[in-house]
Amino acid sequence: MEGEQKMSVMTLVQAINNALDIKLAEDKTVVVYGEDAGVEGGVFRVTEGLQQKHGVERVFDSPLAESAIVGTAIGMALSGLRPVVELQFDGFTYPGFNQIVSHVARMNNRSRGLFKAPLVIRFPYGGGINALEHHSESPEALYAHIPGLKVVIPSTPHDAKGLMIAAIESDDPIIFMEPKRIYRAIKQEVNDGKFTIPIGKAKVLTEGTDVTVVAFGAMIRECQKALVMAKEAGISVELIDLRTIYPIDKETIVNSVKKTGKIVIVAEAPTSFSVGAELMAIVNEEAFLHLEAPPKRVMGFDTIVPLAKGEHFYMITPDRIFYEIERTVNF
Amino acid sequence: MIFNDFDPKEDKTFRLIDNEGVVLNQALMPDLDDETVIKAYKAMLFARVADEMAVSFQRQGRMYTYPPNMGQEAISVAAGAIMRTDDWLVPVFRELGAWLAKGVTLKEIFLYYMGNEEGSNYKNAHHMLPWSIPIASQLLHAVGIGYTIKYLKKDEVAFAYVGDGGTSEGDFSEALNFAGVWQVPVVFTIQNNQYAISVPVRSQTKSINLAIKAYGFGIPGIKVDGNDFFAMYVAYKEAFDYARAGNGPVLIEALTYRKGAHTTSDDPTKYRNKTEEEEWAKADPLIRMKKYMDQKGIWKENEEKLIEAYKLEVDKQFEEAENFTPYQLDDVFQHMYVEMPDDLKRQKTEYEQFLTWKENRK
Ligand SMILES: Cc1ncc(C[n+]2csc(CCOP(=O)(O)OP(=O)(O)O)c2C)c(N)n1
Ligand SMILES: [Mg+2]
Repeated sequence: MEGEQKMSVMTLVQAINNALDIKLAEDKTVVVYGEDAGVEGGVFRVTEGLQQKHGVERVFDSPLAESAIVGTAIGMALSGLRPVVELQFDGFTYPGFNQIVSHVARMNNRSRGLFKAPLVIRFPYGGGINALEHHSESPEALYAHIPGLKVVIPSTPHDAKGLMIAAIESDDPIIFMEPKRIYRAIKQEVNDGKFTIPIGKAKVLTEGTDVTVVAFGAMIRECQKALVMAKEAGISVELIDLRTIYPIDKETIVNSVKKTGKIVIVAEAPTSFSVGAELMAIVNEEAFLHLEAPPKRVMGFDTIVPLAKGEHFYMITPDRIFYEIERTVNF
Repeated sequence: MIFNDFDPKEDKTFRLIDNEGVVLNQALMPDLDDETVIKAYKAMLFARVADEMAVSFQRQGRMYTYPPNMGQEAISVAAGAIMRTDDWLVPVFRELGAWLAKGVTLKEIFLYYMGNEEGSNYKNAHHMLPWSIPIASQLLHAVGIGYTIKYLKKDEVAFAYVGDGGTSEGDFSEALNFAGVWQVPVVFTIQNNQYAISVPVRSQTKSINLAIKAYGFGIPGIKVDGNDFFAMYVAYKEAFDYARAGNGPVLIEALTYRKGAHTTSDDPTKYRNKTEEEEWAKADPLIRMKKYMDQKGIWKENEEKLIEAYKLEVDKQFEEAENFTPYQLDDVFQHMYVEMPDDLKRQKTEYEQFLTWKENRK
């Protein structure tokens, strides 16, 4: 990042909006669309003001059909544009799943590199907002499991901006999942200028020696609260923000676990067959002889995310994270 | 058959009373006794009162996101007047009149919007599917139900709903196509309330109307004034008789207007103007029906008193929902499977151990 840049306080919503604004301004091939994404600026206002600024040809409302949104974006990407499409919620990405799995992820390989699909599919994900059914899901493992996709999840406004710009500039298709629970909950000074954050790189947020905690998205904030409890208990935690789910940054994780000998993984999605499962596999494969305690997942139950009245049982809380940190450290 | 006389290709709209409640076509008016008309109006009024109160409960923080029905009451109340106990209702979430007619209680509806799945565990409603939030997906379920009805030779009809926005989803076309091929007894209703959240119907399709889409699937379609109870009643009656007699599915586009916000999280001032709202307010289904009844001199109730009584009833049911058995950890797990996998039991036990630890820390 260049030194003397102006900074502004931004929420995650504003930071993504700012990233889109910058790319729309500098690259005429960028187009932005989705349900309610134009006039209204999206149900979460992530694209607010962009149509007014960049025109209705470049930022617009689509009819209500996720398969069509993704499918047309592929066509645009194959023919010279860089679409950034919004799917309205995690639970409504599935009508577009066929296009994502069958085409987005495969174009490059299918055509031996003749066709690329430089598109970004962004959607809000995650629970903790007392929402109706299908509005609280964390399907990162579904997308990360598909060869050909890259999956990005920011946890701060700064990262969201840098990763979004990198995602738009990437020639690979990117699934960009936005932690809706902290859309407006975190405010941060963000560089007003253009900058990117590399896709595929995790970040060590806090260095520590007793245990490695790996998380991403809205769970970072919960982990940071748990770290306060851990500190009081005299436990030194190394906190890693994954930032990209795939390609996963094995090196950062493995180096940390080699140092601490212990790992606790925190995520909202159901535990089984998850990113947590992948991380456990990685530490077993790459740091087995360094492990001093069984790797632990603090993740959602293998259930549907309960509606509001039951959601507190499901959502991962700081005390639950601390509980597992302590158990792992005292193993 | 009105389906033949009001051809969507000519963009005709079937309407029986105007905004002043004046009958436009006496010959086609349904043969309903005064009592039935009054009952329908009361059902619309009750739905309106319940809806307005639901919005205020949400504002008070006693309930979560709620999608109001205001302005669309005539459509589902007309369906409710025709559906029998064994007929199926395959809803979205904006058909309150039909839900109540089916026997779903406000208590159950409130319970759901308070965030308890138990609200979908209907105690009295028969052949009633739960809320379906993924737009248009439920239409296919109605077609499958239609197949069962036909296969088992049941005397039943399925009533399926979708919004104007929902007609853009692939599932909408797939459902109409299957229904046509299979010739199943399904009455599809598109509640065209002019918007899909912020997106107006003109941005949804270039089609001159939505009813005309029926042509592409070889089934009858009609555009009806959805704020006219009588027109909706007649259209439903004809569609119901047609489907029940084994002639196959029917598509009804009910023209209406969403008076309220999309849900309590939405702000319509962002995307529509007052003039338009005021124009549609003149076509309010309750006002029109009331004017009709006044002209016939059949409305003798004290409406204020009636509304007071309805409010008490709504309040009572809301309180019952509020006092419902508190959500237990078990409720998260117990209905995931008919036979619960061992690993789920283990996850629950582990969580209970955490709760014990938490309790002891205090
Ligand atoms: C598959 C899917 N995509 C997106 C949404 C989010 N969403 C909820 S309601 C709605 C608009 C629906 O409009 P319409 O079909 O006209 O029904 P209305 O709300 O007007 O009754 C949208 C986009 C959803 N529920 N399901
Ligand atoms: Mg609509």
